[in-house]
Amino acid sequence: MTAENYSLSVLRQLEAESIYIMREVAAEFERPVIMYSVGKDSSVLLRLAQKAFAPGRIPFPLLHIDTAFKFPEMYAFRDRVCAAAGVELRVLGNDAAIAAGTNPWDIGTVNCCGLLKTKALLDALKAGAYDAVIGGARREEERSRAKERIYSFRDGHGQWDPRNQRPELWNLYNGRIHPGESIGVFPLSNWTELDIWRYIATENIEVVPLYFAAEREVVRRGGQLLPVGAKTRLLPGEAVERAMIRYRSLGCYPCTGAVESNAMNVGDIVAELEITRFSERVTRVIDHDRDGSMEQKKREGYF
Amino acid sequence: MATMVATPRESTQREPDLLRLTTAGSVDDGKSTLIGRLLHDAGAIYEDQLEALRAKAAAGTGAIDLSLITDGLRAERDQGITIDVAYRYFSTPRRRFIIADTPGHLQYTRNMATGASTADLAVILIDASIGIQTQSKRHGFIVSMLGVPRIVVAVNKMDLVGFDRDVFERLRDEYGAFASRLRFSDVTFIPISALSGDNVVHRSTQTPWFDGLPLLPHLESVYVAGDANLIDFRFPVQRVVRPDQNFRGYAGAVASGVARVGDDVVVLPSGRRTSIARILTAEGDRDYAFPPQAVTVCLADDVDVARGDMLAHPNNIPRVERTLEAMVVWMSEAPLDPGRVYLIKQTTRTVKASCSDVVYRVNPDTLHRETTTQLQLNEIGRLRFTLFEPLFVDEYRKNRRTGGFIIVDPASNATVAAGMVIERKAAADPVAPSERTGSNVFRQAGKVASVDRSRILGQTPLTVWLTGLPGSGKSTLAHALERRLIDAGHAAFVLDGDNLRHGLTRDLGFTPDARRENVRRVAEAARLMNDAGLIVIAALISPYHEDRAMAQSIIGAERFLETYLSASADACEKRDPKGLYARARRGELAEFTGVNAPYERPDAPALELPSGTESIERCVERLFDVVAQRAFPNARG
Ligand SMILES: Nc1nc2c(ncn2[C@@H]2O[C@H](COP(=O)(O)OP(=O)(O)O)[C@@H](O)[C@H]2O)c(=O)[nH]1
Repeated sequence: MTAENYSLSVLRQLEAESIYIMREVAAEFERPVIMYSVGKDSSVLLRLAQKAFAPGRIPFPLLHIDTAFKFPEMYAFRDRVCAAAGVELRVLGNDAAIAAGTNPWDIGTVNCCGLLKTKALLDALKAGAYDAVIGGARREEERSRAKERIYSFRDGHGQWDPRNQRPELWNLYNGRIHPGESIGVFPLSNWTELDIWRYIATENIEVVPLYFAAEREVVRRGGQLLPVGAKTRLLPGEAVERAMIRYRSLGCYPCTGAVESNAMNVGDIVAELEITRFSERVTRVIDHDRDGSMEQKKREGYF
Repeated sequence: MATMVATPRESTQREPDLLRLTTAGSVDDGKSTLIGRLLHDAGAIYEDQLEALRAKAAAGTGAIDLSLITDGLRAERDQGITIDVAYRYFSTPRRRFIIADTPGHLQYTRNMATGASTADLAVILIDASIGIQTQSKRHGFIVSMLGVPRIVVAVNKMDLVGFDRDVFERLRDEYGAFASRLRFSDVTFIPISALSGDNVVHRSTQTPWFDGLPLLPHLESVYVAGDANLIDFRFPVQRVVRPDQNFRGYAGAVASGVARVGDDVVVLPSGRRTSIARILTAEGDRDYAFPPQAVTVCLADDVDVARGDMLAHPNNIPRVERTLEAMVVWMSEAPLDPGRVYLIKQTTRTVKASCSDVVYRVNPDTLHRETTTQLQLNEIGRLRFTLFEPLFVDEYRKNRRTGGFIIVDPASNATVAAGMVIERKAAADPVAPSERTGSNVFRQAGKVASVDRSRILGQTPLTVWLTGLPGSGKSTLAHALERRLIDAGHAAFVLDGDNLRHGLTRDLGFTPDARRENVRRVAEAARLMNDAGLIVIAALISPYHEDRAMAQSIIGAERFLETYLSASADACEKRDPKGLYARARRGELAEFTGVNAPYERPDAPALELPSGTESIERCVERLFDVVAQRAFPNARG
């Protein structure tokens, strides 16, 4: 008989915690939904949800808030992966704002985000009457997230008040709410970017190919390497160049910076992150255009 | 056949493990600076984050302010204090760390309790230039009450006192005396300067007199794997999984203990017995499950199980309680209202409850008990609750997962308090009397978990506590059982009360106090022997309820098998193997149990043996079967 081993690796501990959280949500809420952003964290979230409910199916739909500014590769990936997983995908956006041509170049990233993301999300949550909204945010990602609860209480307007959060002890999550209120749930709270990639490696999880280095068209602007999308406007003096780049996080193409990299596969990415001296958020245009902007956005209901 | 749970990649020795720590200190003790220093010197701060700090520093002194690294929400930045628990992540090649950074501000006891609830270790800061403040003691008390097994006392700002050894040692002795009254397994003092980095990550040249490890190396090497409770199997059911007619399973995370396919289990609260048919994960079937694994369990029989039910081994079940006594930290602006109905959430179970009694409030600065009828925000008290439905609990000190609970206000839905279940016995009070250990006696943590010993010996240690009148057959039965166990290949040892009175307890008489001390010493000895892995058979009259309860709390409920030899006084006196009844009757023996000293029958012994009517051989067999089931269930046929 092989000796029994009673220790779990850090990754398996994190996995167990996340599964526990998702099962709690399934047991205690009426209308949960998983925010699906097509990125690496969402891919991990999806795998964890599959595990949590095996041999049954995931008992919640997925919700993607579309801004019409995602990379084309992301749309293709999203539709294929969700179909293969047999989950229900709901795609919603602020159609009026999209039709009106809302973009970050004319009104700034903060206003654009407010319309295309936050407003769209709040409307979608209200329309779906969701009482638990599972997101892939991690505390390590950003300073104001370090204080986020695993169960994050949102009032009837979907807003988050950092001063009015419930104390969270042990693994006892308080999911009780009044009608109209909701709980943002973050099963990946204790994961780091490196954990995500190590898990993707261990579990062979498929991710959008934009995470892997390739020669792509970019334009240098304000210290960032920005992708050149369908609607990107070049400023005077700017030129499109080709460079070996990859993305560390994926959002809307106008506001997502690339990093120069030769990491062609998951193993390369893990190796790259083990020695990197720069944080993941450095490539997000939205975070550092105003001090404390992430916290402001979160108060308003951003995920 | 049986397979390893972990793949080879995951089970190699070099795989870093996880340490969850929490920090506590009064405002300005240097907590933010220390965490910033730790993250910075461990290389956990990204270049772009440092860049932002350098930009801020340029305006001021030029040196970057490490405390800004951990600065979080905008409101706090404006006020210049931290007001909520923040979690930080960093790793070294040896370990992954999650720091719960909790504010030291007077009002925020609740945040400290939150951070401590999941911590393996707490770092408590003391400002060497100021000395020990009442808050420093408060922090130690809260951390201990929340069951954090070990602390590091970082004596900070040593640069301000010229790295003076005397200052450090004075603070160490003073705080050490206080800490020895709390239940820590390890208390380590380190002289540091967070500002200049002395003894934080690297050894300081300023403290040649200090021979301990700097903070980070200490955090990297402290042994925590033995903390997991692998003895008492508890499986709170989260969800019933029923994807189709052919499958019915119960999803949950193992709260404690280890369960194997084939194990007998009892379902609480129904009391139905069945066995484990399968243990599933998304990757397939497992042979066994252990904490904190999330699995799905299938049972052999079609019994009724719902969310909030609990599975346990039939011979080791939690307390099923309709009243609860607990230490409670009140966390809400609205004070405790004893007339109200609250909700208690414990494991996956939520029940209505009301507070029936405020036993006392603890002054966390002095550890004194104060009489009150109420509990306010950030106060700590010992409360009794009446539960509308039963809860399945263990003492928090033995099981954080099944002993901790939160209290929710059903009207506002706010989490208003957190509680830790205690035993009803005075001996189990979390505020240990100071005379229990001398002021400078610290427990040294070992590097061997009891499961390691169990594995070698092939048995789970246990103390069979034989109680009964003189002449009821305790000694005979004890030695016969010992023989039977040894013959079956199991390490067992008898602690016979009469024999011990020639040595360990020779200074004691037979007054109630002396009997109590007698029981205490034998129980402590039994506990040590259990810790060493042995099955202990203690034969002691132990006539008082209270003393036996004390023995149980010393040895641990899960290891304590109270066995009552119920031979009647008449039968014992008739038998009188040592001629003692006759002597007592003649007035030669004072305080002889059964003649001129009382014997309190156990109310609910684990086993009652009618030793007056049944043969000793028959009693031995019955007892052996019970011991075998608990101590080596897998060794049977
Ligand atoms: N001299 C000296 N000052 C320190 C040390 N650690 C922190 N400080 C200073 O003490 C003050 C309070 O530190 P801070 O980290 O903000 O304390 P907190 O309130 O506990 O987070 C700041 O001015 C720090 O620079 C130290 O080791 N030596």
